[in-house]
Amino acid sequence: MIEFTDVAHDYGGGALFEGVNVTLEPGSFHFLTGPSGAGKSTFLKLCYGELLPSRGSVVLNGTDLRAMSRDDLAEMRGSIGVVHQDCQFLDHLSIRTNVGLPLTATGRTVEDHDISDLLHWVGLRAQADALPPTLSGGERQRAALARAVIAAPRVLLADEPTGNLDWDMSQRLLSLMIELNRMGTAILIATHDMNLIRTAKSQVSARVLRIAGRRLQSAGADL
Amino acid sequence: MSRIADQIVPRTGHSAWLVWVGAASMAYLAVFALALTMSAGRLAQSWTDALAQTATIRISAPPAELDSQTEAVLEVLRTTPGIEDARVMTAEEQGALLSVWLGPDLPLDTLPLPRMIEVWETLDGPDRQGLRLRLSAEAPGAIYDDHSQWRRPLIDAASRLRGLSLLALGLIGGVTGVIIALAASAALASNAQVIRVLRLVGARDRFIARAFVRRMTQRAALGAAIGTALGMVSMLGLPSLGPEATSGLGFQGAGWLVPLMVPVLIALVALFAAAATAMTVLRGVT
Repeated sequence: MIEFTDVAHDYGGGALFEGVNVTLEPGSFHFLTGPSGAGKSTFLKLCYGELLPSRGSVVLNGTDLRAMSRDDLAEMRGSIGVVHQDCQFLDHLSIRTNVGLPLTATGRTVEDHDISDLLHWVGLRAQADALPPTLSGGERQRAALARAVIAAPRVLLADEPTGNLDWDMSQRLLSLMIELNRMGTAILIATHDMNLIRTAKSQVSARVLRIAGRRLQSAGADL
Repeated sequence: MSRIADQIVPRTGHSAWLVWVGAASMAYLAVFALALTMSAGRLAQSWTDALAQTATIRISAPPAELDSQTEAVLEVLRTTPGIEDARVMTAEEQGALLSVWLGPDLPLDTLPLPRMIEVWETLDGPDRQGLRLRLSAEAPGAIYDDHSQWRRPLIDAASRLRGLSLLALGLIGGVTGVIIALAASAALASNAQVIRVLRLVGARDRFIARAFVRRMTQRAALGAAIGTALGMVSMLGLPSLGPEATSGLGFQGAGWLVPLMVPVLIALVALFAAAATAMTVLRGVT
């Protein structure tokens, strides 16, 4: 589904990471961890084509990122849901409209009841018509999750989705993602919250990837 | 595009005023340029019509021969195909023509004025070369003047005026395109975050461009409609030159419908300028 082969990414003078080989299979659950600045967000951006690798190849659904046209890239992004660390909402539009954006922007029909059901699922039905800046951090993260899954993506990428949340809210968000994974969605969560990873591993078979020393390592039992 | 898709681009921003005011101003100028174009066309036609089928024969001869040469000329004209009518101008009529240049107190009876014959030609007109030869044989003092030396420069001037006003219209279209392109570029730059989010959720360039282009085109069409209306009202306010002034500046009759095309044309210019700009800018966004 998403395959990294000998991927390196440079920032300025040096390599952020290199020699990355990993495959995210359909239905898999991965955590990506590592110290701040290690390249977790960059790794996610490579997964949905916002960045191109400096070396190596990233293959998404069988197509190399470099070989994709701009329309191919847009279509591919329609099959990947992303929860951004800063949510990336259009602040002048309501939460309902923001959540429906992946459908609206790709010319698909947006059913009001689908959005209502989804907002109910993330506990935001009452905030459907509110503007994003009026929501709390936790509410924005849940709205971002709702937007990421509205188009039934095959992969969900989340960048520090619980970074601004208290423990209860983090648990709730994690539960929603585990529920999605059980329905077949591949999940990749970038986080440095070890408690979240331990909680998840007790409920789902999750693999932990760690970026350290410019390399991607597979962590495991030590967590 | 759905109602929601139409709201994706925020309605605020200084580019909105740039498009409105720019389109309104250009439309206002376009109405005047259009009026000038149409007036120049009418002027050329009017001058052509006025001079095309008339001619003048001037007889300069000693007083003793003036009447006989006049009779000879009229006889030649009566027997020449292509001449519809001819008449000798009265002294008063000649005086009226000359008073424009020499004043009303002209002592006509003391001046050796040539005899003037006004000639109306048929649509096909006479064989002018043949007529001149016959006149020189029958009345040596007669000179046939078909006004071509006056008509050609007047028509040339009117045509050039029309060409210049068409050029002005073209320039107005070009400047409108530049204004819209600049406004579109500014709008895209100030909405970089909107574009980034749309790209991230899978929107294609065409969808994003359409949202901006639609907004630009609507604003340009509205501004142009206002500018056109103001221009037409201004044209109505121009002082009338009287019912006989068919070549006056402005629109006449069905010609008043022509400026209604201005908002449509400006909207089309806006559409293409904004689309080209949007697609160029979007290519630089991942």
